[in-house]
Amino acid sequence: MIDRIQRLGHKTLSKVAAFGRSGLILMHALVARPQPLVMLPLLIKQIYFVGVLSLVIIVVSGLFIGMVLGLQGYTIMVDYGSEQAVGQMVALSLLRELAPVVTALLFAGRAGSALTAEIGLMKATEQLASLEMIGVDPLRRIIAPRFWAGFICLPLLSMIFAVVGIWGSSLVAVDWLGIYSGAYWSNMQQAVDFTDDVLNGVVKAVVFGFIVTWVAVYQGYDCIPTSEGISQATTRTVVYSSLAVLGADFILTALMFGDL
Amino acid sequence: MEAETSQAAAPDMLKDIIIDIRELTFSRGERIIFDGVDIAIPRGKVTAIMGPSGSGKTTLLKLIGGQLAPDRGQVLLEGSNISRMGRNELFKARERMGMLFQSGALFTDMSVFDNVAFPLRVHSDLPDAMIRDIVLMKLQAVGLRGAIHLMPAELSGGMARRVALARAIALDPDIVMYDEPFAGQDPIAMGVLVNLIKRLNQALGHSSIIVSHDIQETLSIADYIYILADGRVAAHGTPAMLRDVDSAQVRQFVQGLPDGPVPFHYPAPDFMQDLLGGEIK
Ligand SMILES: Nc1ncnc2c1ncn2[C@@H]1O[C@H](COP(=O)(O)OP(=O)(O)OP(=O)(O)O)[C@@H](O)[C@H]1O
Ligand SMILES: [Mg+2]
Repeated sequence: MIDRIQRLGHKTLSKVAAFGRSGLILMHALVARPQPLVMLPLLIKQIYFVGVLSLVIIVVSGLFIGMVLGLQGYTIMVDYGSEQAVGQMVALSLLRELAPVVTALLFAGRAGSALTAEIGLMKATEQLASLEMIGVDPLRRIIAPRFWAGFICLPLLSMIFAVVGIWGSSLVAVDWLGIYSGAYWSNMQQAVDFTDDVLNGVVKAVVFGFIVTWVAVYQGYDCIPTSEGISQATTRTVVYSSLAVLGADFILTALMFGDL
Repeated sequence: MEAETSQAAAPDMLKDIIIDIRELTFSRGERIIFDGVDIAIPRGKVTAIMGPSGSGKTTLLKLIGGQLAPDRGQVLLEGSNISRMGRNELFKARERMGMLFQSGALFTDMSVFDNVAFPLRVHSDLPDAMIRDIVLMKLQAVGLRGAIHLMPAELSGGMARRVALARAIALDPDIVMYDEPFAGQDPIAMGVLVNLIKRLNQALGHSSIIVSHDIQETLSIADYIYILADGRVAAHGTPAMLRDVDSAQVRQFVQGLPDGPVPFHYPAPDFMQDLLGGEIK
C-alpha cells in the first residue's frame, strides 16, 4: 500500500518535473538575442517542412469535411425548409471549431510526430551533443526554428482548412443539391461576425499551434536516445498534443462563447 | 602503488597542465563510474585514456566538455571550473575544444563539405573562398577530399569518422578529444590517422586526448597514458613506464590478455547461479 502511494508520488513528481523542464527548454530556446541572418534561412526551411508539406493533407481533409457538412446540413435542414441556412451552419462550425481543432489534430499526426522523431534521432546519433561541443546551442539552432515554424504554420493551415471547407460545402449544397447560391452566400455573410467567429477561430489555432509544437519539440529533445525511446516519444507527441488540444478547445470555447 | 612512482618520474611534462581533474566522482543511477579520479592533461602533448569497455572513457570526455556535471570533484580548464561555468562561458570554452564523437555524429542533413565548414561558419567571418580552402585542406589531411560532395548517409563508418575528425580540427582548437579514432579503420587509414594526430599535435601545438582500445597505436603515439579500471586510475605514466610497470592489471591491459584482474564482464552475479536460477532480475 505504502509502496503504491510512493510510486504514485514518484510518478506525479516526475510528471511535474518534466513539465517544468519542458518550460525551461522552451524558454532557453526562445529567449535569446535575435540573430535574423542565421535564423531566417533555418526558419524558412522548417516552414517548408512543417507547413508546406502539410498542405496536401489539410486541403484534402478540409474539402471532404466541408462536403460532408454541406450534405449532412442539407438533409437535416431540408425537413424544416431552411436549407438556405446551410452556408451559415457550415461556416460557423468550421470557423469556430472544426478548422482549428481538426487542423491541429492532423498537424500533430503529420508534422508533430515528424518533429519529435527528427529531434530524437539527432539526439540518439549525438548530433545535438556535437552541436553543443562546437559551441552552438541546439536549443536555439534546432528547437527554436522548429517551434516557430509550427507556431506560424498552424494558424495559416487552419485558415486554409476553413476556406477550402466552405468551398467544398458550396460544391455539394449549391452545385449539386441546388440551393440558390445567393441565399447560401448571403446567409453566411450575415451570420458570420469577424471578431466573434473568424478571430476567435484564429486565436484557437494560435493556441493549438503553441501546444502541439511545444509538446513535439519537448518530446523529441527529452526522449530516451534509442529507437524504442524515439518511437515512444513519437506516440506520446500525438497522444498528448491531441488530448491537450481537445481540452484547451473546451476551455477556450467556454471563455469565448460561454456567456452568450 | 607504482602509479605514485611513475608520476614522480615524469614531473616535467605534468608541470604545464591544461585540464586538471581532481577527486572526480560521478555515477549513473546506482552505478558509480568514477570514484575519486585525478587526471592531469599536460599542455601540448598527446594524452591517452585507456580502459576496458564501459569503464567510463566517453563519460570522461563528456565531463571535460561540460555536457555532464560531476557529482563531486572538479574539472578545471586552465584553473576555471567547467561545471561552474554559465551557459555563455561554457560555449566560449567549447570553442577551444574539438571533439570527435565515438559515433562520428555528422549532421545528416548537410553534405561532407557543409559539415566540415559548419564550425568555421559559426565561429568566424571568413569569406566563402577561404572557408572552402580550409575545408579542402582538412579533408585532404584525412584523405577524403574526393568525398566532399557526398552526404553522410553515403559514407562508410570509417569514412564518416574521418570526416568527423576533419570537422573536429576545423577550427584548430587548443584541445582535441578523440573518442576511438582508430575504430573501424583499415591498417592504411589507421597509420595515416596515427601520423595525422601526431603531426597536428606537433605542428599546431594543441593538446590531444585520445580514447582508444588499440594498444599498439596508442602506445606509439601517446606522451602520457592513464588507464582506468573500476572507477579509478589504475595506472598512469609514459608508455615506457607502463610497459615495465609491475602490476598485473596494467600488464593485462597493455599486453591485451583476456584473463586477469581487469574484468571483461559487466558486473553480474555468478554465471552458474544465473544459468540455474532461471529468473531475470
Ligand atoms: N546515458 C546513460 N545512462 C545511463 N548509463 C550510462 C549512459 N551512458 C553510459 N552509461 C554507463 O556508463 C558506463 C560508462 O560508459 P562509457 O560510454 O563512458 O564507457 P566507455 O568507457 O566509453 O566504453 P566503450 O569503450 O565501450 O565506448 C557504462 O557502464 C554505461 O553502462
Ligand atoms: Mg566510449
